[in-house]
Amino acid sequence: MTKLVYFAWVRERIGKGEEEIDLPGHVKTAGDLIAHLATLGEEYENALQFPKAIRVAINQEHVEHDEPIAGAREIGLFPPMTGG
Amino acid sequence: MSRLPPTIRVQHEDFDLSAESRALTQGRADIGAVVSFTGLCRDEAGTLSALELEHYPGMAEAEIRRIGEEAIARFGLIGLTAIHRFGKIAPGGQIVLVIATAPHRQAAFDGASFMMDYLKTSAPFWKKEHLTDSTTGDWVSAKDADDRARAKWR
Repeated sequence: MTKLVYFAWVRERIGKGEEEIDLPGHVKTAGDLIAHLATLGEEYENALQFPKAIRVAINQEHVEHDEPIAGAREIGLFPPMTGG
Repeated sequence: MSRLPPTIRVQHEDFDLSAESRALTQGRADIGAVVSFTGLCRDEAGTLSALELEHYPGMAEAEIRRIGEEAIARFGLIGLTAIHRFGKIAPGGQIVLVIATAPHRQAAFDGASFMMDYLKTSAPFWKKEHLTDSTTGDWVSAKDADDRARAKWR
């Protein structure tokens, strides 16, 4: 099981802030994860339809979409940040 | 010169610039420059009733700390404080504070500016608008200008 956490409009569109899911073996990178989640239903598709707009953090550190996710305890998916 | 570990706080509560500045400078005689930046919530010509700031608990502190440690090393800062608020903040309210201290002014100016440019594009915070007509507006979009501001430090 992998813990996923969502923020801002990604969280709103998916309809939950976090969940634990089993990932199929072909999901190897952060980009694979986004593509896989987008197949899980309309709300996921709506949240993730523009993958380039999605930022990813593994274990609370920013990563690129080609980063392997093996061994990740927590993966965060969220829009570009607007703090400050 | 003894460097202090950065003070990083992510909190809903407001902050006091003068108290935070004093905490960095009191009892020291090696600081020649203190530069602070305070970011406030604008009312957007009267249309905005509040900004609601969402953050990634844990990662928000960790990411600001990573940026802060890089700023200290890169500019030779003596001390650094960064405080970012979350939750609902009304127009006129304070959102973010950065204070950098250094022996000379350029390092303190650059350290504070670097912190803000990186914080805006890397710290996991998101702003949602609440409007004066009682509707909930959109999530604030990330700006290309902020990415360009960050890129100038590379």
